[in-house]
Amino acid sequence: MSENLPALLIVVPLILAPVAALVGRRDLSWAVAAAACWWAFGAALALLRRVQAEGVIRYELGGWAPPIGIEYRVDLASAFVALIVATIGAVTVVYARTSIAQEITEDRAPLFYAAYILCLTGLMGIAITGDVFNVFVFLEISSLSAYALIALGHDRRALTAAYQYLIMGSVGATFIVIGIGLMYVMTGTLNMVDLAERLPAVADNRTIPVAFAFLTVGVTLKLALFPLHLWLPNAYTYAPSAVTAFMASTATKVSVYLLLRFFFTVFGFDFAWVGMELHRVLMPLSVVAILAMSLVAIYQTNVKRLLAFSSVAQIGYMMLGISFGSVLGVTAGILHLFNHALMKGALFMAMGCVMYRVGSVSTDRMAGLGKAMPWTMAAFVLAGLSLIGVPLTVGFVSKWYLVQAALEQGQWAVAGVVMVGSLMALVYIWKVVEVAYFGEPDPDHELREAPLGLLVPTWILVIASFWFGIDATTTAEVATAAAETLLRGLP
Amino acid sequence: MVILFTVLLPVLGAFAVLALRSNPNAREVATLVAGGVTFWHVLGLLRMVREGARPALSLLEVVPGVELAFQVEPLGMVFALVASFLWPVTSLYAIGYMRGHHEENQTRFFFFFAIAIAGALGVAFSGNLFTLFVFYEFLTFCTFPLVTHHQTEEAKKSGRIYLGILLTTSVGLQLVAIIWTWVLAGTLDFRDGGILAGTASTAVLAAILVLYVYGVGKAALMPFHRWLPAAMVAPTPVSALLHAVAVVKAGVFTVLKIAVYVFGIDLLQTLPTTDWLAWAAAATIILGSLVAFRKDNLKARLAYSTISQLSYIVLGAMLANELGIIGGGMHIAMHAFGKITLFFAAGAIMVAAHEKEISRMHGLGRTMPITFGAFFVGSLGIIGLPPAGGSWSKWFLGMGTLEAGQVGLLAVLMLSSLLGLYYLLEVPVKAFFFPPPPDSHHADGIKEAPLPSLVAIGVTATATVVLFFWPDLWHELMTMVVAGGGQ
Repeated sequence: MSENLPALLIVVPLILAPVAALVGRRDLSWAVAAAACWWAFGAALALLRRVQAEGVIRYELGGWAPPIGIEYRVDLASAFVALIVATIGAVTVVYARTSIAQEITEDRAPLFYAAYILCLTGLMGIAITGDVFNVFVFLEISSLSAYALIALGHDRRALTAAYQYLIMGSVGATFIVIGIGLMYVMTGTLNMVDLAERLPAVADNRTIPVAFAFLTVGVTLKLALFPLHLWLPNAYTYAPSAVTAFMASTATKVSVYLLLRFFFTVFGFDFAWVGMELHRVLMPLSVVAILAMSLVAIYQTNVKRLLAFSSVAQIGYMMLGISFGSVLGVTAGILHLFNHALMKGALFMAMGCVMYRVGSVSTDRMAGLGKAMPWTMAAFVLAGLSLIGVPLTVGFVSKWYLVQAALEQGQWAVAGVVMVGSLMALVYIWKVVEVAYFGEPDPDHELREAPLGLLVPTWILVIASFWFGIDATTTAEVATAAAETLLRGLP
Repeated sequence: MVILFTVLLPVLGAFAVLALRSNPNAREVATLVAGGVTFWHVLGLLRMVREGARPALSLLEVVPGVELAFQVEPLGMVFALVASFLWPVTSLYAIGYMRGHHEENQTRFFFFFAIAIAGALGVAFSGNLFTLFVFYEFLTFCTFPLVTHHQTEEAKKSGRIYLGILLTTSVGLQLVAIIWTWVLAGTLDFRDGGILAGTASTAVLAAILVLYVYGVGKAALMPFHRWLPAAMVAPTPVSALLHAVAVVKAGVFTVLKIAVYVFGIDLLQTLPTTDWLAWAAAATIILGSLVAFRKDNLKARLAYSTISQLSYIVLGAMLANELGIIGGGMHIAMHAFGKITLFFAAGAIMVAAHEKEISRMHGLGRTMPITFGAFFVGSLGIIGLPPAGGSWSKWFLGMGTLEAGQVGLLAVLMLSSLLGLYYLLEVPVKAFFFPPPPDSHHADGIKEAPLPSLVAIGVTATATVVLFFWPDLWHELMTMVVAGGGQ
């Protein structure tokens, strides 16, 4: 069984997805989804442990050896990202039970859970596969189910948001598949390891830089790097609460991982950074993302939208770390994948609680919520502290590494940008805090605290965002080791 | 473990306060007991420090190489003693004040008050720069609900200034300096003689020093001082203990600690920015006094006086000699007792006579002799006249300027004392000797403040005088710091 763990991690949820759709009752399909998510969580954890103990796992699917067969290749970075996805999936599925019961009708709920499992499967698949075409397949599985999940939003604008995402996402996916095709034409293989071996020989051919460009644009569109982020704010704003929390913590993160995988493993540091001088593109875009998107976030009145723009800014932090091309920088990027997943998940969940009781997350409807929903707003404030980067939160740990990476390369100005970004986070978080704690509540509106089914998962993420901020040694060691592996390229 | 327990005691007290919220009397007893026990434990630590021990505790590793760690050394002891002694005294005062003033949300008030003290003790006992920064930021956030206690529009605006300035400086400057120190020195520990010497060029170290001194926004060096007057919107006990003692002293304490244990006196002397910062502090001393001079609102005047006095300590650190450090450290204690007395008095006037403006306090001295008498004593402490403790710290600071060959700075100290003589003593003098304003209601049965508040005022005023006759403890501790026995 443990031999086949990489395959089972994917196959079990994949089988459970149609089951969830077929059982036809909300509670039953939820139970199936929960089983799938918790299975994935356990399997991903076991997988990470195994990689830590034994090193890279190479698994030939169905016993077919590459390059004919598909290979799963699990190193520290993949196992870590798979675990992030599975963790958030497992926490969110608990949250979804209560929030989806309110947002989605009984007959659609099984479809929702089926799409949810598929999305999870696709995202984990991207993380552990070692075959670039298989990446594309999993990417489509996760994206298509994501479009469906977003379209299920209560607000009718969710439909246009999902459509917008569908168009942009498909453009991105097409770019990626073109890039993959070009590489295949030049090397005759789709296996990442083989690609990495054969690409240097043909790197002088102009096709390879073109493939590189297509992949870069496609993946950065998927991960919503400024200015290719336009699909994200609407999608996050109008999706069901549980979907927003799940997507914000996983989908873009997996795309960042994909970028790391393509740049470092397939093309290699020498080609991407020294040859193509990728940092000259990534660094300015990241800096603009951090500053401009934080600024836009400050002026939002819909808090989910505010957090969505904040997400684009936070992706800027991850890409900034990666653009340094150093161990410290990539460590910061990978750490922030995890850290941001925790805090943004908690923040979106807290807003889901508000949505559940108030029916809106507009700041003018949130006046006085600090008193009416103390636990929800406390969760928001505490997770917000993480976003600001207060010490002993996960946000601080990311910043600690990011600023170190900047100072190490003598990039004072970039270090300054990171700090300015956190102060802007303070402004937009505090804007919500002021409304909730200083505003006068609407006397006609009797409000109660959110149900435990929502509060417990929210607080799990809040506590985790402090837990891994107080003792970040484990995550930092995994991230550092993963960064070192990535930068070293393939053996 | 004693250290951890001492830091956690106020937190326990805070939760006791929360648990006893339905019974105000029991709640207040919980605060006082927690305060007394905390002070008792700090005294226990003091005994160990005086015997030469340096109790330390390493809690856990946060990121590889960076620990959350505590260590008790003489400089931290100075700060911890002041904060933990004045906490129960202020609590006593607050009981009278909050009830006399009919404040709402008293449980929340006492809860965050206790939490803030835990933060201050954490700053005092922090064993490295990272831990110091953790508690420094903690202190900022847990005092926010106290500053904005009234939840009015004005409180909200002041809260913005408060958080905005404190976090801009700490995140934008101080944290950069800390990470830079980490990159250069590979450690964040406090060590005798510092950790930065020889790690980078003089220019880089000079820049880091500037980042640190301005980055510690709680030291209120101009132009990052606006948060302190803004914080005056809080109930007076908060202004008294937190914004005359715990929070602001955490700032200047941090400056002293960084000067002594991160840079080291020898390195400081060689940096070009040290002198420059000393003059920046001097400018704050004079400007703060001048602004205080013009404020009619008593609490605002005291706030600017605090800004001015805090820079004495920054100046002491930037003199980069032993006398300056000793004077600065002693001034932490001396100023604390004097200024808290003044704030107590200001609050007592507010509760008993409902007056905030100095010009409307004329003639009040006759109805509130104890309060204004205490104000007089506190003023002496701030100005630095015998028989008040402030004389000693100013004496050492003055000696320090001469040692550094900076006669100009000595002149600044003298000038500021003269200004203080006027803007502080004006209050009791006019209260005792001027006739009341015609439209005042001073005759209508105004009495002294509630008894618990009066007792607290008596304690701090007496302490101010006692410190003149027995300043030995503070001098002994600060001598340990400069003599290299700190760590």
